[in-house]
Amino acid sequence: MARPLRGARLRAVALTLPLVAFVAVTFIAPLGSMLVRSFYEPHVADALPRTLAALRAWDGSSVPSEDTFRILATELRWLDEQRKLGAVATRVNRLESGMRSTIMDTADALSSAEPGSWREAMIARDPIWEEPSAWLAVRRAGERYTMRHYLNALDLDRDPSGNIVAQSPDRRIYLPLLLRTLGVSLAITIICLILGYPVAYLIANASPARSNLLLLLVLVPFWTSLLVRTTSWIVLLQNQGVVNDLLVAAGVIGEDGRLALVYNMVGTLVAMTQVLLPFMILPLYAVMRSISPTYLRAASSLGATFRQGFVRVYWPQSLPGVAAGSLLVFILSIGYYITPALVGGRTGQLISNMIAYHMQESLNWGLAAALGVILLVTVMSLYLVYNRLVGIERMRLS
Amino acid sequence: MMGNRGEWTVPPRRQKNIFSALLVTTLGVWSAGCGTEGITVVSWGGSYEAAARKAIFEPFTAETGIEVHVESFNGGLAQIRAQVETGNVHWDVVDLEFGDAVKGCDEGLLEVIDIDELPPAPDGTPARDDYFEGTYTDCGGGLVYYSTAYAYNRESFPGERPSTLEDFFDLAKFPGRRGMRRVPLVNLEMALMADGVPTEEVYAVLDTPDGVDRAFRKLDTIKSEVVWWEAGAQPPQMLADQEVAMSTAYNGRIFNAQILEGQPFTIVWDGQVLDYGQTAIVAGTPRLEAARQFLIFASRVDSIAAIGRYIAYSPTRRSGMSLIGTHAETGVDMRPHMPSAPENLTRALRNDPVWWTNHAEELTERFSAWLAR
Repeated sequence: MARPLRGARLRAVALTLPLVAFVAVTFIAPLGSMLVRSFYEPHVADALPRTLAALRAWDGSSVPSEDTFRILATELRWLDEQRKLGAVATRVNRLESGMRSTIMDTADALSSAEPGSWREAMIARDPIWEEPSAWLAVRRAGERYTMRHYLNALDLDRDPSGNIVAQSPDRRIYLPLLLRTLGVSLAITIICLILGYPVAYLIANASPARSNLLLLLVLVPFWTSLLVRTTSWIVLLQNQGVVNDLLVAAGVIGEDGRLALVYNMVGTLVAMTQVLLPFMILPLYAVMRSISPTYLRAASSLGATFRQGFVRVYWPQSLPGVAAGSLLVFILSIGYYITPALVGGRTGQLISNMIAYHMQESLNWGLAAALGVILLVTVMSLYLVYNRLVGIERMRLS
Repeated sequence: MMGNRGEWTVPPRRQKNIFSALLVTTLGVWSAGCGTEGITVVSWGGSYEAAARKAIFEPFTAETGIEVHVESFNGGLAQIRAQVETGNVHWDVVDLEFGDAVKGCDEGLLEVIDIDELPPAPDGTPARDDYFEGTYTDCGGGLVYYSTAYAYNRESFPGERPSTLEDFFDLAKFPGRRGMRRVPLVNLEMALMADGVPTEEVYAVLDTPDGVDRAFRKLDTIKSEVVWWEAGAQPPQMLADQEVAMSTAYNGRIFNAQILEGQPFTIVWDGQVLDYGQTAIVAGTPRLEAARQFLIFASRVDSIAAIGRYIAYSPTRRSGMSLIGTHAETGVDMRPHMPSAPENLTRALRNDPVWWTNHAEELTERFSAWLAR
C-alpha cells in the first residue's frame, strides 16, 4: 500500500519540477541578483585598485600626494586605452556631478604626456583635482560594498565627513513617492471594495442567466488588453474627451470650465480602479456564492431587518472574500507601472515609474535595485501586519 | 482537478505525434531565426524612421544587396548595454542621441571607427573637416540636426499670436495650456533664455546652483498649465486636438503635420534648441563587416542630405547644406523649414551633450522631485 502511494507522490513532485525550475530561473535568480546589486558595486574597485589603496592612507582633507596623482593618472590612462573609463567616470559622477568629464578630459590630456609633476599637470587640466571632494568621490565610488543606494533611496546622503544627513529638500523624492504609492494603493483598494461589493452581491444572488451575463460584463474588460483599456480612458477623460463633452453639452460646466481628468492623480485613480476592479469582484463573488441565502432568510424570520441581517450575518461570512480581494488589489496596485506612466501625468506617478526610469534610462541599476528591495520589504511587512489582523487562513478565493 | 488519472494519459502514438510537431515547430522557428540575412538597424519609429528608410535603408539594400531589418526604440543605452554585457548582440546599428553616443563610445558599448574611414565630401574634403565641429565621436559621425522649438495651432489664437520664446512663458498675455517634454533637457535651457540669459551663457549659468534654481523658478511660473509629453508623436496630436495651446516639439514632426496633414500649425523658431543624432555600431556584433558597410554608406553626404527630402532635419556635414532641396512627395521647398535656415537661427541654442552627460542624472532626479510637488 505504501509503495504505490510513494510512487504517486514522487510522480506528483516530478510534475511540479518544470514549474519549480521556471520559478527559480525567472523569479528567484533575478530577485537574488537584484538584492546583490543593491549593495555590491565592484566596478570602480576593480578598475582603480592601486589608486584606492593609495587613498586609504589619505587624510581626506588635504591634497593627496604626488604619488597618488601618478597612480591615478596611470590607471586612468590604461582604462582609457581599454575603453573602460566611461563606466568608471559615470559612477564617480553620480557622487560628484561634473566628475565625468573631469575624468575623461584628464585621461585624454595625459594620454601621451610624461609630465615632471603629475599633480601639477592634472590640476592644470582641471582645478577640481585640488579639491578634496573630487578625491572623496573617487574613494567613495570605490567602495565595493556600499549602503549608498539605500541611503539614496531613502532620501539620505553623506556629508563630506561621512555622517548621514537628510537630502536637500529640493532633491527629496523617493520617500514622498513611496508614501504616495501606499496612499494611492489604499485608496484604490477602498474604492474597488465600495464599487465591487454590491456588484459581486448582485452577481451571486441573481438568477443564473442574469448572473452569467453580469459575470461576462466583468470578465470581458478583464480579458481586454491593459494598454487598450488605459488608452480608452485617455480618450474618455481628456480635455476634449467624451466625459467633458457630455458635461459641457449638459450645461454642468462651461466651455472654459472643462475638468482636468487625465494626466493627473484623478486619471491614475480612475484607470487603475477600473483595471483592478475584477481582482476585487471575482474573489468576492466566489465567496458570496458559497453563502447560502437561507441564513439571511433565517435572520429575517427571527425578526432582523435587512440591515441587521446584513451586518451580523452576511458581512461576516463574506469577510474572507473581502480580505482576499483587498490584498490582491493592494499588492497589485503597489507595483503598478504602465497605467500611471500613461495617464498619471505629473502628479499621478508612482514609485515603480522611478524604478523603471533607473532601470531603463539613468542605468543606475544599483539604485533601482535598492528601491525595489525597499518596496519588497514594505509590502512584506504590510503583509505580515495584515496577516496578524485578518489571518491569512481566513482568506478564501472560493 | 480531482478527475481520474487516466484523463491525463496521452496514448503513445499521439505522444510521438506531439513530439514531432514540437520538433518541427522548434526547428522552424530556429531556422527562421538563422535564415535572416542582413543587418538590424534601430531607429525612432514614426515619420523620422519612414524618412530614414527611404533615404538610407532602401538605397543601401539596392546598392549592396544586404537587407536591412528595422526595429524601433525610444533612445537610451539600456538595451544596448544589456546586449553587450550578455554577449547576445542582435542589434547591429543604432541611431542614437548624440549624448548617448558619447557615453556609449566612452564605455565601450559601441565599435570604434576612425573618422578618416568615413567617406569624404564630394569635393574631396576629408570627413573630419566636413563634419560640423563636435558632431562626430570615435564611434562614428553625426547624422542630422533636429530642433526642439515650440509650435502653436493657429486656430487657438484668432487674435494676437505668440512670436517669441518669452511668449511661451507668458500666461497672462497668452493663456492656455503648454506641452513640454518630461525631461529637464531643453526645458531648463529654454527657461533661462526666456528669463533673459543670452544663448552663449546658458550653460555657464546652468553650471552654477543658482542658475539651476533660476531655471526651475522660471518653470514654476507655468508649471500649473503644463501638459508633459514623452513620445515625439504626442505634441502634434495635442496641438491638433487643442489639448494644449502651444507645445515644444521636434520640428520635423510639426513639419510633417503641416505639410502632409495640412494642420494649421506655426513653429516659433525663437529660442530653438538644436540637437543632433549619430549612427553607431553595437560593440561585438557578429555582422561587423556588413554593419561597417552600412555605417559608411549612411555617413555619405548624399545619404545624410536625402533624409532632408522627407523630413525637415538638416545635415551635420558642411557639404550637405547645398544639397537641401525640395520635399520628395510634395515638392515643398525644404530650406525655410530647416532648423539651420539663417532666419530660424536668430536666437538658437546648440545643445551641449557633454554638459548633459555630466549633469543628466542629478538634474533628472531634481526635475522628478520638482514635478511631483
